[in-house]
Amino acid sequence: MSGPVSGLERRAAMATLLADRGEDLLVVPGLGSTCWDLAAAGDNDRNFYLWGAMGGAAMIGLGLALAQPRRRVAVVTGDGEMLMGLGALATIGVQQPANLAVIVFDNGVYGETGMQPSHTGAGAVDLLAVARGCGFAASLDVRDEVALADLAARLKNLSGLLFARVAIAAVEPPRVLPERDGEVLKRRFRAAIGL
Amino acid sequence: MNAAAPTVDWPEQLYRTLKRAGVRQVGYVPDAGHARLIERCRADPDIRDVALTTEEEGVALAAGAWLGGERAVLLMQSSGVGNCINMLSLARSCRFPLLMMITMRGEWEEFNPWQQPMGSIVDPVLKLCEAQIYRAAKADEVEGLAERAVQHVFGDERIAALILSQELIGKKVWVK
Repeated sequence: MSGPVSGLERRAAMATLLADRGEDLLVVPGLGSTCWDLAAAGDNDRNFYLWGAMGGAAMIGLGLALAQPRRRVAVVTGDGEMLMGLGALATIGVQQPANLAVIVFDNGVYGETGMQPSHTGAGAVDLLAVARGCGFAASLDVRDEVALADLAARLKNLSGLLFARVAIAAVEPPRVLPERDGEVLKRRFRAAIGL
Repeated sequence: MNAAAPTVDWPEQLYRTLKRAGVRQVGYVPDAGHARLIERCRADPDIRDVALTTEEEGVALAAGAWLGGERAVLLMQSSGVGNCINMLSLARSCRFPLLMMITMRGEWEEFNPWQQPMGSIVDPVLKLCEAQIYRAAKADEVEGLAERAVQHVFGDERIAALILSQELIGKKVWVK
């Protein structure tokens, strides 16, 4: 099987996941496409946009989830970014933070750099199997609107470590660029949660 | 060495320094030089010990911790510094406080020559990454330098590395 070319439209998928997100949801995207998706869904001080740190999104989510156990943390990243930091799934699986969801928008390609195939697009690497093997008891395979709605509902009432692979069509919508000053992003995020 | 000199328990001092600083998350790749400090942190219910698969995870962990209002420390061996370089861009771009405590290999009485290439460039690499370096060669200077590193990191939201020299840690014994 080749990459999930027939997957969901990424901007609509992000909007569905974040609809009525609530003040207690903190979101960390990966760099690149998921960062633009997050910005397109509506700017929010509780987003910590990444313009770099490839491979680090899930671990930022872990540190944040451990520090803020009463808030929900969603990492929404791409397959390429997740593959660069695959060990983070093992580290998070050991920690089992109940307030963390790691959601991978998997289109099987590196969209930001010219649609080169990723390891998931080649059909060889199954991120769900990796997550399960790392101790994510709840691992969702999201391939249609029904499953996406279920994921959004679970995210609303997050009650245990969650992984989801969302099949995304390999189409790159126009970029929506958020703030890119890292110090500004850091300060406004902390201020938004009372720090 | 003066045999009558009192032994300075520097790993215990480092643990107490971290406690005084209010550090709540400790990221580490298991390391013999940090074994006692890791053991103390693991036994502390107020500290979350996070074993990492690679040191760069700890740079991202510490950033997330700070976003959420907690202080973190990253413990590693000199070889781990090389694994962190690009991820240190996160701390530099956002001015995240990042406290690293690094045990040295490849600089003194080293049996394993493969430790030398990374060990020999730890200081310049960290300087290029805008880390303030506090290098401890003797046991009685560890605590004071650790306190200064803590102040640099959390007082000013900067990066600092406390480097624990191989002579301080002692020779690794290679017999089983």
